Amino acid sequence: MKFTKSDLKELFIRGPLGLTIFSTILGFSIGAIVLAIAGFNPAEAYWAIIRGIFSKPKYMSYVIIYATPLIITGLSVAFALRTGLFNIGAEGQFIVGAMTAAMAGYYFQLPMIIHVPLCILLAMSAAAVWGGLAGYIKARFGVHEVISTIMLNWIAFYLSNWSLTIKSFGKQGTGKSYMIQETARIDLFGQWKITEAGIDFIRSHKILGDVLKSPVNIGILVALLLAFLVWYILNKTTLGYELRAVGFNPDAAEYGGINVKKSMVTSMAIAGGLAGAAGALQVMGVGHKIAKLAIMEGYGFDGIAVALIGNNTGPGSVFAGLLFGGLKYGGSKIQDAVGAPTEVINIVVGTIILFIAMPKFIQLVLRFKKG
Amino acid sequence: MDVIIQDIGFIIGTTLMYSTPLIFTSLGGVITERSGVVNIGLEGMMYFGAFAGAAAAYFFQDPWLGLLCAALGGAFWGLIHAIACVSFAAEQIVSGIAINFLGAGSALFISRILFDGATQTLTVVDKIPQPLNFLFGEGKLFPSSGFMDLVFNRFATVYIAFAMVFIVWFVLYKTKTGMRVRAVGENPEAANTLGISVVKIRYGAVIMSGFFAGLGGAAMSIAVVSRFSNTLISGHGFIALAAMIFGKWKPQGALVACLLFGAAKGFEIYLGAKGVPVASDVLAMLPYVITIVVLVGIVGKTVPPAAIGKIFEKGGH
Repeated sequence: MKFTKSDLKELFIRGPLGLTIFSTILGFSIGAIVLAIAGFNPAEAYWAIIRGIFSKPKYMSYVIIYATPLIITGLSVAFALRTGLFNIGAEGQFIVGAMTAAMAGYYFQLPMIIHVPLCILLAMSAAAVWGGLAGYIKARFGVHEVISTIMLNWIAFYLSNWSLTIKSFGKQGTGKSYMIQETARIDLFGQWKITEAGIDFIRSHKILGDVLKSPVNIGILVALLLAFLVWYILNKTTLGYELRAVGFNPDAAEYGGINVKKSMVTSMAIAGGLAGAAGALQVMGVGHKIAKLAIMEGYGFDGIAVALIGNNTGPGSVFAGLLFGGLKYGGSKIQDAVGAPTEVINIVVGTIILFIAMPKFIQLVLRFKKG
Repeated sequence: MDVIIQDIGFIIGTTLMYSTPLIFTSLGGVITERSGVVNIGLEGMMYFGAFAGAAAAYFFQDPWLGLLCAALGGAFWGLIHAIACVSFAAEQIVSGIAINFLGAGSALFISRILFDGATQTLTVVDKIPQPLNFLFGEGKLFPSSGFMDLVFNRFATVYIAFAMVFIVWFVLYKTKTGMRVRAVGENPEAANTLGISVVKIRYGAVIMSGFFAGLGGAAMSIAVVSRFSNTLISGHGFIALAAMIFGKWKPQGALVACLLFGAAKGFEIYLGAKGVPVASDVLAMLPYVITIVVLVGIVGKTVPPAAIGKIFEKGGH
């Protein structure tokens, strides 16, 4: 297959990639303007973010750790969106997954080779039920998924907090659950790091040692695997074809013999399972427990941003997740470096999404430029 | 017996207090959605309003100016949403998501600049007053902390919210403007043919929704509590959105739904204060469960405005 010049133009200027790139440029530009108005040097602030991401191996490692759950919740939202469903519920599905993994990780005593996959699978199943429920009540009763998932988010929120009142699970008075078993953790070298040999290694190896100072875990590998699976299911299987057909035009899909209602449930269940995996990996790789939630942590809501910036595809979610993870981690540095508020990141991300929402604007601007 | 009556008064009073921010925001939702524009950005608008209200009340030492700034702040984000959705045919839910990031992000950004790097404002001394205290003197009309005092002696925002429910209902159903808003939400093409400016009506409705969401935020930050913080709004805008749908896109319906959510909060606080060993988390969960059950139960009877979320382009298609 050979790309002609007009194909490339189609892809970059009219197509989704162009929209994303232009929106991203506009997002950072508006962020720069806001910083300048507030009296900060935008170049310095952005440079602080870049240094905050790339200047140390440890930082890059943290970016990946930050990005992992966002990539997966992004996949969750993206998957549902391809079937035309807006999964605002990734937040709650994440919580259900985290809670299930924390329980399975603590109560079961199994060899690691069984324990780790079991925890992830249980978490994904529970969250799939949570997501599928929203799909079911949409298919069966016509309740819009946006509204049911918002409700399910809060139910998950309080369910998770309630689970901590179970005496055998929550350490009473601390607002935290008991730590999961070592066999359910997915940290790399977690135990070895605190042995003498591990400490020596970290001291003597400049790059690897620095990386090991962050809670490195295999979560990112699972995230990449899931991104591949999402791409594969959507593009290479009959199921994916049917789900996308429903998203494209439900009436035509129905006419073509696709069971639209079943597709809604399936799509939401898969989306839920994905978000649940994100919650599970966060518990198994980073926190090793769950804590009483005072506010929504935002993994699911950030996932919406990731999905939209990634144009609702598997690979797109990986890139957007890394971008968002990098901005979140690097952005936390600009407060100390230049005194500018970290939240400029939210303004940049919000602006990017706003422009992605209106392709018409970008088209108008480009047409105007052409004369 | 007196204690029980007093406790009931406490629960009703707390319910009213916590319902108020939701009522304002929910009314905003009713107005925009009746014009056919989905506004999932209510959360961000409320968040910004809560900040703007508290910051203005703090600096100007005037809660009413705070309330006004909150409403205008919310309206600003309403304007942005309107520009995106009405003028540039944006995907409305996506634009709303963007507004949520922008509203919260800009509130915290400005907060850090004005309040020495903090993501919360300083304490507002001049909160929204309780008009009965102002009119009659504290504890003069009703004995302090008695049933009547607990129920009826509330912040001014509570009375304003109830009045607004009536006003919005009246405007929507009894005036020409309201009829036009509903027409645009049901059938923009037909409304356009009749000479109604779909663009103008939708701009107005979306900006008003921001205005109300901003008021809702301030009803939280300078009445229920006395400062804005980064955890203050956390999801209330989404609850208000749900209340609007629960209330079938009607002001009076939204009011009932908001009172339900407020009552759950009221009971939660009451039981917490009493140290009753009822699982407060289970109780807090109830309104959300009830909402789903009710929505499932009234299948077919709840119909959103026909043109909701649909892009209208004059002479288009």
